[in-house]
Amino acid sequence: MSISQSNSCHAIRITVNGQHYEHEVEPRLLLSDFLRHTLELTGTHVGCEHGVCGACTILLDGQPARSCLTLTVQADGHEITTVEGLATNEQELSPLQEALRTHHGLQCGYCTPGFLITASAYLRDNPSPTEEQVRAALSGNLCRCTGYQNIVAAVLDTARELHGKSSTKEM
Amino acid sequence: MKPVPFHYFRPSSLEEAISILKRYDGEAKLLAGGQSLIPLLNMRLARPSALVDLSGIPSLDDIKLEGQDLIIGAMVRHSSVERSPLVAERCPLLREAMSYVGHAAIRTRGTFGGSMAHADPAAELPAVAALVDASFHIIGPAGWRTVPWQGFFETYLTSCLEPTEILVEVHLPLPTRSMGSAFLEIARRHGDFALVGAAALVDLDEAGCMSEVRLALMGVGGTPWRLTAVEKSLRGHKPQIKLYQDAGAKAAVDIEPGSDVHASADYRRDLAAMLVERVLMAAASRASKTGRGEVKV
Repeated sequence: MSISQSNSCHAIRITVNGQHYEHEVEPRLLLSDFLRHTLELTGTHVGCEHGVCGACTILLDGQPARSCLTLTVQADGHEITTVEGLATNEQELSPLQEALRTHHGLQCGYCTPGFLITASAYLRDNPSPTEEQVRAALSGNLCRCTGYQNIVAAVLDTARELHGKSSTKEM
Repeated sequence: MKPVPFHYFRPSSLEEAISILKRYDGEAKLLAGGQSLIPLLNMRLARPSALVDLSGIPSLDDIKLEGQDLIIGAMVRHSSVERSPLVAERCPLLREAMSYVGHAAIRTRGTFGGSMAHADPAAELPAVAALVDASFHIIGPAGWRTVPWQGFFETYLTSCLEPTEILVEVHLPLPTRSMGSAFLEIARRHGDFALVGAAALVDLDEAGCMSEVRLALMGVGGTPWRLTAVEKSLRGHKPQIKLYQDAGAKAAVDIEPGSDVHASADYRRDLAAMLVERVLMAAASRASKTGRGEVKV
């Protein structure tokens, strides 16, 4: 799908999941649309386009950010990680992805990429969270299917598995 | 739901930014973190002809101490304030307030100056600015000007900034080390926009009386609200629950909240009374009777 060009296009260089890209983009092109339509990385989902639902969350230089609230031109020179970049390789899911699967932490899957990105970054920086802390950390990602408890269980399980200890009670 | 087409600039100096703003004669908007602006663009509630991205201008993202003032640059990201050891040590109130600002992903991009300039009366940072009597340093075609918080926040989503002006930094007089602080907010869900929020600073003298009390509310009017009359009535008294309850009751009548889909005016008054009581209690209990520093009134 082509994005129509306006008369003020900007050349950008961007790294996504370790791969370098160079493109000319309209200033108003949202990063979410660039990822999905220009790079055809459709794992990042678009829900509300005003920053509330969290489905579009990616990592910008390792930190979670709403791709629907980022202009592609703002990402020039930066590193992006999308859900496609979380698994170790094409055969193996990441520990968190695996836990989400075994805990039945997704149904329609629309919110799932946003949760994976948010939770991956959170666990990287907070290896032993309590359940309350996990719920607070995930409060920026909305899910309409699961009721959250299996997502929380998967995150806590991953924390336990990755770091061997946890201050949580058993789910 | 996509933005209208616009031109995009990323100047490398304030002078360059101002000349672009002048050229577009009110049709250009400044882009800081974009967490308030881009939703407006996406919904086409804002249709600027140009965006001027401030992220290329050096020295707008410093956090520094100058005497008794904490100076925060307009482009400092919320996450930087959250993680700053300087802020944690010298202004724990700000760190506490920051935990209520949106969610982690919003705080990665959102900026200190952006939040102030957006001037949402329900926002956390304008209330902190009001509490500590912050001043705002602004540059424009006519040069520099400094505005106290009362002059900066005009009404709902309206600051005093002209279309060709840029907020450069905010100066926050630091609470003394002996002051206790507290910040509380009620929202339907954690991270949502506040219905009502409150912030307090309390200092105790050697006799255990409140030598200084500051109270601010958010979400109860068009700008952050300092409860100066209530503060006066509390100063000199010993902390006690009955006093806080009276303060809450006084606050409820002092404010002029509006009703909207999220909360009625009456409900906001109830919340204000309850929050004032709680932040006073928390701030007073956190105030230390020893280690009195220089008192800034």
